[in-house]
Amino acid sequence: MYGTIRHEIRIHRPASDVWALAGDAAKLHHWFPGIVDCTVDGTSRVIVTGAGIPMPEEILACDNTQRRFQYRLTTPLITHHRGTIDVIDLGDDTCLVVYATDCDPRTMALVIGGGTAGALVELKRLMENPATGQVETDHEGGEH
Amino acid sequence: MGRKILFITTDQQRYDTLGCNGGTLARTPVVDALAAGGIRYERAHPQSVVCMPSRSTMITGQHPSTHGVWMNGVPLPEAAPSIAEVLQGAGYRTAIIGKPHFEPFLDPFGRFPENGFARNGTFGPHRGFDHFESATHGAAGPLHYARWLADTHPEAVAMFYPVLDGALEVNAMGGGDTGAPQAHVNRIPREWYHTDWVADRTISWLSSLPIADDWFCWMSFPDPHHPWDPPASEVARIDWRDVPLPPGYIEDRAERERVLDLKPRHYRAWYDGRLVSNYEAPLNWVPATLTPDQVREINALNAVECELIDEAIGRVLAAVAARGWTDDVDIVFTTDHGELQGDFGLMFKGPYHVDGLMRLPFIWRPAPSSNQAAAVVSKPVGHVDLAPTFCAIAGVEVPSWMEGKPLPISDADAEARGFERVLTEWDSELFGVGVHVRTITNDQWVCTTYLPGSAHDGSEGELYDLEDDPLQRVNRWDDPTLASMRSDLIADLWDHQPAMVSPLPLVQAPV
Repeated sequence: MYGTIRHEIRIHRPASDVWALAGDAAKLHHWFPGIVDCTVDGTSRVIVTGAGIPMPEEILACDNTQRRFQYRLTTPLITHHRGTIDVIDLGDDTCLVVYATDCDPRTMALVIGGGTAGALVELKRLMENPATGQVETDHEGGEH
Repeated sequence: MGRKILFITTDQQRYDTLGCNGGTLARTPVVDALAAGGIRYERAHPQSVVCMPSRSTMITGQHPSTHGVWMNGVPLPEAAPSIAEVLQGAGYRTAIIGKPHFEPFLDPFGRFPENGFARNGTFGPHRGFDHFESATHGAAGPLHYARWLADTHPEAVAMFYPVLDGALEVNAMGGGDTGAPQAHVNRIPREWYHTDWVADRTISWLSSLPIADDWFCWMSFPDPHHPWDPPASEVARIDWRDVPLPPGYIEDRAERERVLDLKPRHYRAWYDGRLVSNYEAPLNWVPATLTPDQVREINALNAVECELIDEAIGRVLAAVAARGWTDDVDIVFTTDHGELQGDFGLMFKGPYHVDGLMRLPFIWRPAPSSNQAAAVVSKPVGHVDLAPTFCAIAGVEVPSWMEGKPLPISDADAEARGFERVLTEWDSELFGVGVHVRTITNDQWVCTTYLPGSAHDGSEGELYDLEDDPLQRVNRWDDPTLASMRSDLIADLWDHQPAMVSPLPLVQAPV
C-alpha cells in the first residue's frame, strides 16, 4: 500500500545558500541525522544509515533552476520510492524547504519521513547557526 | 538503607487474566499473593491504550498531552523528565530490563539512543537508568535480547512469529490450530524465550548490587502482547478446546453487530474491514472473520504467557529473598494497557476506550517493613500516579512536573485525597485517518467524547454504567435521562484534561 509524507521548514537564509547544501547529492550525510556516509557515482548514490545499512539510490533530478532534487531508493525491499527536496525562495532572504517521501510500502514512508523531518531541523540549524555546524558547501558565501 | 522498588510491567495484559481479579484461565499464584498481601486496585486505567504514550506516562508521571507522546511512533524527548532520574538523584541504583519503548523500534537510520545500546554492546545509561537492557516481542530489532539470541542461539531466531509482514504492516497471518491471527507454534526452548530472559537479566543485575544499596528496577515483560507464540513445550498447559468463550465475546453474530452498532461508527467500520484507523491492528485482517475457536485459542495462548510471567516473577522474588531484601522491597505490578481479546468480536487494540483495553491489573505490595495493611481500592487511579508513588516510597518530594498523586492505600484514603476520576486520551493521524478521543472514568461511569476527525463529526460518544453494564454493551450517550450527567462528566473531563503540548511533536515511525 502506498503512503505519502511531507515535511517542510522555513529557513532564514537565502534559497541559494540552502540549495548549495541541500542540492548537493554527495553531502546528504552532512545534514541528515541517521545517514553516516554518502557516495555518488553519476546518477547512482549509496547511503549508509546509522544502523549500518547500505541503501542504493538513483538520482532522478537535480534541477538548479527550480532548486529541486529527486531520488529513489532502489533496494528490492521497497516497491516504489521517490524522495523530493524543494527549496523555495520566499523573496525576503528566507526560503521554504519541502521534503516529500512517497513510498510503497507505506510504512517505509513513515519511517523515512521521520528521518526527513529530523533532517530539515538539522538543515535549519546548520544554515542559521553556522558556527555550531560542520557543514561545508561549494557555494560562494557558504559556511565553512 | 531505605525501601527498594521492583516495578513489574507486562504488555497488553487484561485485568481479568489474574486469579486475584477473578480470572480462571491462567494460574497466577505469585501475583495473586502480592495482591493478597498488598493493595489491589479495581479501577486503574492507563492514560493511553497504546504502548509508547502509556510507557511515557509511567516514566514521567504526566498525561500524554503533557509529555507529548501523543501516539505510537512519537519519541519521548530525551530531555523529558524521568522518575528514574529522580530516584537516581536520591541515591538509588536504577535499571530497566525488558521492553522500554520510549522511542520507536523501526529505526533503520539508527537515530534513537534506545536502539543503539545493543548495537554498540553497551547498557546505558539512559533516561536516568544506570542499566538499560532491552527486549521486545521476538528476535527482531536492535535490542539486547535479539542480539543475545542471535549470538548464542541463532537457530532460534526464526522460530518466532514474524510480528510484521513483508510490507512492514502488523502481520495478519494466522497460525496455531485455528488460523487465529498472530497465533503461532514457537519451537523455542522455554529458557531461551524472552520472558525467562527478562527474569534472568533482572536477577543478574540485582545480584551485581551491594546489599546495602537502594535500587529501583523496572522489569518489563514483552508478553502477553501479541504475537501469541509462547514456547511450544508450554502450550499443553491449557487446551484451547476447553477454554470457555470470554464474557465480552458475543457469540450470536446478529446480537454482536447490534451491540457494535450502538457504539461510535469506527467500531463497526473496523469490524467490517472498512476502516483500520491505527497501525496497532493488522491492516489485512477483518475482525468479522474472527471465529469462536480462534477466540478460545488466543485466550489459551495468552493465558500460557501470563503463567510464564507469573513463574518468572516468582524466580525474581526468590532471588530478592536470597539477598535478604524482601522486607524492604515495594513491588508494583501493572501493564501498559489491555487487549480486546474477543470483546465485541474484536482483537488487538485501537481507539476503543472500553474495559478490555482500559481496565488494568494493578497491584502495589508495599514493603513489609512499612507495616501497610492489605486493601482493595475501588476508586479510580491511573498510571499517572505511579511515579509520584515511587517518590513517596523513596521519601523524595514529588516534583511539580508530575501530574498524579501517590496511590491511595484504601478507599477512605482515596476519598480523602480526591481520587475521583481518571483520564484516558487517544490521538492518531495515520495516512489521512485522524481519530481523537477523550475519556473520563469515575467510580460508576465511563464517558468518552470523540472530537472531529476522519471517522467522527464531533457529536459521537460513549457512556456506560459500570455497575449495571460491566460489559459495556449499552451505550447511553444519547439517553435523554442522562443528558445532564453526561454534560457534567464532559465538563469535568475538560476541567482536568491537560492541554496538548504545542507544537505537536512529529510522528517519526509507525511504532
